[in-house]
Amino acid sequence: MARIGVFVCHCGENIARTVNCAKVAEEAAKMPGVVYALDYKYMCSDPGQEIILKAIKEHRLTSVVVAACSPHMHEKTFRGTASRGGLNPYMCEQANIREHCSWVHESIPEGTDKAIDIVRTLVAKVMRDQPLDVIKVPVTKRCMVIGGGIAGIQAALDVAAAGYEVVLVERQASIGGHMSQLSETFPTLDCSQCILTPRMVEVAQHPKIKLYTFSEVEAVSGYVGNFKVKIRRKARYVKEEVCIRCGLCTQKCPAKKIPNEFNCGLDNRTAIHVPFPQAVPNIPRIDRENCTWFQKGKCGVCKKICPVNAVDYEMEDKIVEEDIGAIVVATGYELYDIAGNDPNGLYSGYGEYGKGKYADVIDGLQFERLASASGPTGGEIRRPSDGKEPKTIAFLACIGSRDNQKGISFCSNICCMYLAKHAMLYEHKVHGGKGYIFYMDIRSGGKSYDEFVRRAVEEDHVCYVRGRVSKVYKRGDKIVLRGTDTLLGRPIELEADMVVLATAVTPSPGVEKLAQMLGIPYDKYKFLSEAHPKLRPVETVTAGIYLAGCCQGPKDIPLTVAQASGAASKVLALLSRSELEREPTVAKVDETTCVACWCCYEVCPYNAIEKKEIRDRKGNLIKMVANVNRGLCQGCGLCAATCRSGSIDLAGFNDEQLMAEIEALAQVR
Amino acid sequence: MEILALNPPGSEKDIEAINARLETLDPDAAKSVETCYQCGKCTAGCPAADQMEFPPNQIIRLVQIGQVNVALKSVGIWRCVSCETCSTRCPQKVNIAGVMNTLRLMARERGIQPADREADMFHQAFLQNVRMFGRLFEPMLVGIYNMRSMHLFHDADKGPLLLSKGKLPLFPTSSDSARVRRLFKKALESK
Amino acid sequence: MTYAYYPGCSLEGTAGDYNESTQAVCRALGVPLKEVPDWVCCGTTPAHETNQLLVTSLGVKNLASARSVSDKVVVPCAACYNRLKSANYEISHDKALKAKALNAAEVSYDGDAQVLHVIELLVREIGLEKLKAAVKKPLKGLAVASYYGCLLVRPERIMKFDDAEDPQTMDQVVAAVGGDVVDWPGKVDCCGASAAIPHTETVLKQVNQILTDAKACGADVVAVACPLCQNNLDLRQLDIRKKIGKDHNIPILYITQLVGLALGLSASELALQKLVVDATPVLKAKGVL
Repeated sequence: MARIGVFVCHCGENIARTVNCAKVAEEAAKMPGVVYALDYKYMCSDPGQEIILKAIKEHRLTSVVVAACSPHMHEKTFRGTASRGGLNPYMCEQANIREHCSWVHESIPEGTDKAIDIVRTLVAKVMRDQPLDVIKVPVTKRCMVIGGGIAGIQAALDVAAAGYEVVLVERQASIGGHMSQLSETFPTLDCSQCILTPRMVEVAQHPKIKLYTFSEVEAVSGYVGNFKVKIRRKARYVKEEVCIRCGLCTQKCPAKKIPNEFNCGLDNRTAIHVPFPQAVPNIPRIDRENCTWFQKGKCGVCKKICPVNAVDYEMEDKIVEEDIGAIVVATGYELYDIAGNDPNGLYSGYGEYGKGKYADVIDGLQFERLASASGPTGGEIRRPSDGKEPKTIAFLACIGSRDNQKGISFCSNICCMYLAKHAMLYEHKVHGGKGYIFYMDIRSGGKSYDEFVRRAVEEDHVCYVRGRVSKVYKRGDKIVLRGTDTLLGRPIELEADMVVLATAVTPSPGVEKLAQMLGIPYDKYKFLSEAHPKLRPVETVTAGIYLAGCCQGPKDIPLTVAQASGAASKVLALLSRSELEREPTVAKVDETTCVACWCCYEVCPYNAIEKKEIRDRKGNLIKMVANVNRGLCQGCGLCAATCRSGSIDLAGFNDEQLMAEIEALAQVR
Repeated sequence: MEILALNPPGSEKDIEAINARLETLDPDAAKSVETCYQCGKCTAGCPAADQMEFPPNQIIRLVQIGQVNVALKSVGIWRCVSCETCSTRCPQKVNIAGVMNTLRLMARERGIQPADREADMFHQAFLQNVRMFGRLFEPMLVGIYNMRSMHLFHDADKGPLLLSKGKLPLFPTSSDSARVRRLFKKALESK
Repeated sequence: MTYAYYPGCSLEGTAGDYNESTQAVCRALGVPLKEVPDWVCCGTTPAHETNQLLVTSLGVKNLASARSVSDKVVVPCAACYNRLKSANYEISHDKALKAKALNAAEVSYDGDAQVLHVIELLVREIGLEKLKAAVKKPLKGLAVASYYGCLLVRPERIMKFDDAEDPQTMDQVVAAVGGDVVDWPGKVDCCGASAAIPHTETVLKQVNQILTDAKACGADVVAVACPLCQNNLDLRQLDIRKKIGKDHNIPILYITQLVGLALGLSASELALQKLVVDATPVLKAKGVL
């Protein structure tokens, strides 16, 4: 016979404002099976939990209902309390009378009535609760990091430092990401290469880190602690283990007119090339699309000249498999293309800023290359069209960002700061040069950030103009800006030699494919979604998969590194355990009635349904049935709802319990 | 300069009326003037902003703070030439040109004398002309406008030139004028 | 098929050359036009700024009339085109307004007259291939800056004419008749429109800028598709010379006049003599005339 205790929480005033909690407890005491009911101001607090513990003992409770906030908030807390009181934790249920009740009602009678109804349904359910045991799964003590920018590098180094093996997968031929393209970094003006490249070398040399560059994740299966990953190692056409990095091939390659991606198209590279001098690994690869050998069957210079015979035109993509326990996604960002060449059609580009047709209208990353000592101009600010030193540069903030018309409503977070830095560097480098920043708001909330912006204005005399520019166009060899100074309320015109657009930060192309493979959600812009915006910022809703850096949303280097270390600490917490406990609220198939229609297989969002063969002793196939992989199942219940033969039930939410809840709700008050 | 009150009594109704009209004008555009975050791009591209005491973004601001009355009496709303550059480039999809026209219509409904006397006279002369003939008779339009506005010799050099080029008709063409007069009457008297 | 033809008031007055050249080009291409019976003024900016019902009523009155001739109505004037297309849009979105407008205009009409600008007629109805085939005297070597102004392309969601920042349709016509397309930034700038009379200074400032940009990009002539734009760009060069001291002296031709020249029509058939800035010298110099 069930002996149920009901505990009604006031949640300070959150619930008590619109629910008469004493009345709810009083009514609950009259419900069938309830032997004890009480209300208290903060049930989740220490004295609150003491009340529950004491009641379990004194009233020999078999199950508990806590009427409080959402189970998302405190189910763990109260199940822990029940467990300490000697109950099976799954004999404790939480009735949500806050989000589902007090917060959406305005009067006490209304709120109280509904709270009583909610409590009644949970009492009916808890009466049919069965003790459940947590599921234990083993852990493969290896981590995969996807993306080798600063986020991926930081996460990989942190995990490896704790002694666990890391597989770092990078799509490009070198690690380093966009940070390797930056000149100097705000707010301290550290040289980006100087602080990044030692980290890149550390990755390459770390005995615990296995580096796959020019590689992409092809398939992911399994579940937390037990992922199986297929990685495509794309053919470089240069044998990594043979190449001695002499550089002869890149010097002699005759195909020299290919836009250099690393320098954002500001200069050219050869077909066989190393992305940049400090690349890790420092091994060339052949760009097949632009190589004369591959396109016309002629040339072969690199192969002929290579002293160690490392060039291999016959090389093919290889698929490698890795067993992985935890995954960090750090796929980074790309910049908004003002020409509007977005494969998904999300972003429409800027006709009013020339749609990319003016050579001297460049983006923030291109300016980084111009200002970088390793860039195409050796760090001299020269404009792309004619190589002249620009005497006036206009920097435009919020290009693509905060612009619903162009497809984006979010703020890109980094532009205010890097524009201040750009303008500052420009004024340092070009004597007599004048920088103008057209902005809407200056967002400089980070540590020492606002001081940095003020320094740009007060010491370097960067001119800030509040107002968006309506149009940018060419007049002779000048770029004309039609703008406004909203502080004056007047339209203004500026003739500049060059324009730098702080284009929006957008997720890396193709990230949605990876997200689908991993079973993690993303928002409408394809930024990956964290499990909770405040309390679980580096986790995803899929156990064992974590996020770091700009794949989750635009952020600067300090935030990215902090988040990467956060993700690494989550990985370490996971890998340091010998086995994992998983919620036992998973689906179960009744094999005797399953007809193998595979409707469950079709609907399962987590690929947790497997096709299982049932054979007799001789090995003859008797029938096929659905089987739930308890490691993968997240207990969403879709299969149970879909099953035509009623063969699937969800532990902790079985049909009997749900029907009892409905009946309790349908009772006439 | 006058000190402005924020959201004076009754201003909510004015803002609501403007928002409601924005919705019928273009359901795809921003639903309310609150959507404007005052970036100034409208003013930046406006061909007439230099002629306005309140340029477009400030007209929107006046509406945002409930000072519709000030906006209705402004020169700005009449200097707007309805080129729609502002609405086209607005990052927040605010139909600024729609707000401008709504304010002009409101000013007319409330009998507020347009602050831009010349533009008003020109428009009224135009409509009178159309009401009379069904079609516009350009020479008469300029003539009447010049007389009323006392700019007697405005473009006086153009007449002979245009005449010599055969660009000016000597007589008006009348078209369906009885029905047009009824149309004007019904439209202007409709509530 | 026969198209309904709505010339609009200006084409009976200051833009007679636009009227004559449009009709001549259509005749030469074998496209029958029938004038909308009893058409009246579209109301344009003055009505639009005075009373919504008035301007919509004028629109539906004309559209209903056009519908009696054809389901497609060709409009050369960008302002009329904008107004008639807007009237269609307004009655499709505001049922109450529609009922009142039909009552005031004393017509029945259901928004089913398709409004075509004369450029759309050339590009989308006749087709560039057919136009190219009909060219007798290609405008070889004549650099043409296509000026679209406001009303053809904006508001983009209603006009759906072309890209609102860098439209190409008129340039395609220019290219089809053998002219050199000028890539220039002034395509969709506003000429100042109806401020021409009450506030000429706004127009002078705008036109001065537009013509400066066109010439800087190498234009010999500017092609327009709106009587008010033509008037402002052409006639106001006199005021600019006097008040700003800049002599642009660049001919402003209607797109139909340029097409007509390529089709081998004579200067008088296209009423070139009505242009204020004489186009003859440059056309002769380029061998077009």
